[in-house]
Amino acid sequence: MNPKTNANFNVFASRLLPKEELFTPGHRACQGCGPAVALRMITKALGRNLIVVNATGCMEIIASPYPFNAWEVPWIHVAFENAAAVASGVAAAIKVLKRKGKFFTQDEKITVLAIGGDGGTMDIGLQAVSGALERGHDMMYICYDNEAYMNTGIQRSSGTPMGASTTTSPSGKVSQGQNTWKKDFAEICIAHDIPYVATASISHPLDLAAKVKKGAAASGPAVLHVFAPCPTGWRCGPELCIRMARLAVETGVFPLYEYEDHQYNISVELDSLRDVTEFTDHFDKRNYMEQQGRYKHLKGDQELVDEIRHRVAERWERLQAKAALGGK
Amino acid sequence: MIDSHKRQRIGIEVSIGAAEMVKLCRPDGIAAYPITPQTHIVEHLSEIVADGALDAEFIPVESEHSAMSTCIGLSAAGCRTYTATSSQGLQLMSEILFIASSMRCPIVMTIVNRALSAPISIWGDLSDIMANRDVGWIQIFGNNGQEVYDLTPCAFKIAEDHRVLLPVGVNLDGFTLSHVVEPLETLTFEDIDSFLPPYEPKLRLDPDNPVMMGPVGAPEIFTEAKKAHEDALVASRLVIDEVFAEFGERFGRHYKAVEEYKTDDADTLIVTLGGTLGETGHVAVDHLREQGEKVGQAMLRVWRPFPFEDLQRILAGRKLVMVYDRAISLGGPGGPMASEIKSAMYGRADAPAILSVIAALGGRDVRWKDMVAQVADAKEMLENEQMPNYLMVGVRE
Repeated sequence: MNPKTNANFNVFASRLLPKEELFTPGHRACQGCGPAVALRMITKALGRNLIVVNATGCMEIIASPYPFNAWEVPWIHVAFENAAAVASGVAAAIKVLKRKGKFFTQDEKITVLAIGGDGGTMDIGLQAVSGALERGHDMMYICYDNEAYMNTGIQRSSGTPMGASTTTSPSGKVSQGQNTWKKDFAEICIAHDIPYVATASISHPLDLAAKVKKGAAASGPAVLHVFAPCPTGWRCGPELCIRMARLAVETGVFPLYEYEDHQYNISVELDSLRDVTEFTDHFDKRNYMEQQGRYKHLKGDQELVDEIRHRVAERWERLQAKAALGGK
Repeated sequence: MIDSHKRQRIGIEVSIGAAEMVKLCRPDGIAAYPITPQTHIVEHLSEIVADGALDAEFIPVESEHSAMSTCIGLSAAGCRTYTATSSQGLQLMSEILFIASSMRCPIVMTIVNRALSAPISIWGDLSDIMANRDVGWIQIFGNNGQEVYDLTPCAFKIAEDHRVLLPVGVNLDGFTLSHVVEPLETLTFEDIDSFLPPYEPKLRLDPDNPVMMGPVGAPEIFTEAKKAHEDALVASRLVIDEVFAEFGERFGRHYKAVEEYKTDDADTLIVTLGGTLGETGHVAVDHLREQGEKVGQAMLRVWRPFPFEDLQRILAGRKLVMVYDRAISLGGPGGPMASEIKSAMYGRADAPAILSVIAALGGRDVRWKDMVAQVADAKEMLENEQMPNYLMVGVRE
């Protein structure tokens, strides 16, 4: 019972996710942090039989300022670019120690989860991720994607979308911000022919939780590419975080799908794509790009906005075509 | 003590011997990336694992950076952990070397010393380990195949001691030692099992007892973390001496932090690190002794923690000390070992004249005759009061 509103949240709370918090409150994330929401959902889905390997980044620093700790599960951080390699070691350790009957028993199912941001995964960590996937360790890698190096102050990464202004891809008199297209991390992972790859979003928590469980259950490496907006870096209100994540799905900017048994399955079907932006004079809460300060310089650049719109539609069509191909 | 006459003595390539000893130490996990001249060690280990002679996970990672990162994962989860590298590989893993020691992971690594690029050179010198002098590891050197073989189980025992819990690097010279066939007195599983107990981690990643490893160190805790690391590294010397003593007692081969050769009445000493100049130095000393010169040799076996007191005792009262470095601190005071030895002797009334000699870079051969001539030259310079800050010998003009 909430004494202020007299509302019993248990009535509304989903019974599909456990109430136990393994990524606990009190950490130092910004208001409206998308990745922190993602970690909360992910840990709820996985439970306590979990070892987390965290790349350097926002989610690492906010939850581990010694002697404080927001993690209820064993957790290790080594460096920025090597979470996948450290997790390889942890996964291999569990395998050999189980075989030798030391510390772990054969029937124990322990998930080894590596977590990195878009920079730590798609840029500096890509080699280690590729190596870990190729070697086939029994581990899961989750990239929480907030589309820039937020921890160091909103610098562009290869996950930053076209047209977004960041502190190292600023809009200027002769620049419209980021001038490259976002790297398709999930497709890179799919090219490794691993058991499970999926995209997910914090706006669809039950879909996210189901994919986390599926990834953990896969025998071999699994990858989740999780869309998790950063209101601080996107220059939007903290209350818009989940809405932005949802609009990214509904506009086709970040489609949700799974890749399993050589089959693409679209998780959230869209009859038509919501337009990426209108750039109207009035505030429209259904508008994706307009509500984000990182795009505000595009207001007069219809050409680039059209290009983005076209590209989003084209990628959605390609995904539908791949899903229609069927598996095997 | 075991009667050494009963032991098997075989001719074997030093790299193969090193890998055979790693097998006897029963590591649970090995993560490695191939680089010349370390390759024969990891090739042979992968064969040993492939043949089922060692129950371990052999993880052929995609870089040395990932090799050390994977080793940290293995070690943190409770495995006895081993890797090996050389040169550029050591440089690529350098970032993670600092973290492995600061996180107190008792990893053992064989480092087959080789020059650093550019120009690219696969041949031996100590540029690689000198560039990684300050990584917070225990760093020891084997001068011949037997020493590398014997120091490997010592390294595991030192690293995993709960008073230490630090990684240990076992160094040997690339090619001139790693790729030569030497006589080796071998040990057995039974020998090593009685010397090296199974690894019992102090902390490990365990869902039943969650711990946090590698948190953020704010300014109010960072200095204390470094002090604790420094204290542990300095204090490890006690355990190093204990382990060397126990090894000597059991197997009859005795090791010290600084080895001395014909130093008793010597007025001149040459100081070396690593096998190539170490054993060439012996021959040079023998010849100089035959000529009536009072010359001896000191060889550092333990480079970190730096053996200040041993060197102060050994070097005190000598007239001339020539420190042979197989690396150069470019634009700096000359050889890295020489500058540390100078600092160890600084301000002492009994300090000798210390000459830094840079030699044998990138596989350049230094013969015993060269060393004999260099000793004569150095004596003359000292007499004429013309001692340079450092001397790079064997440079073709």
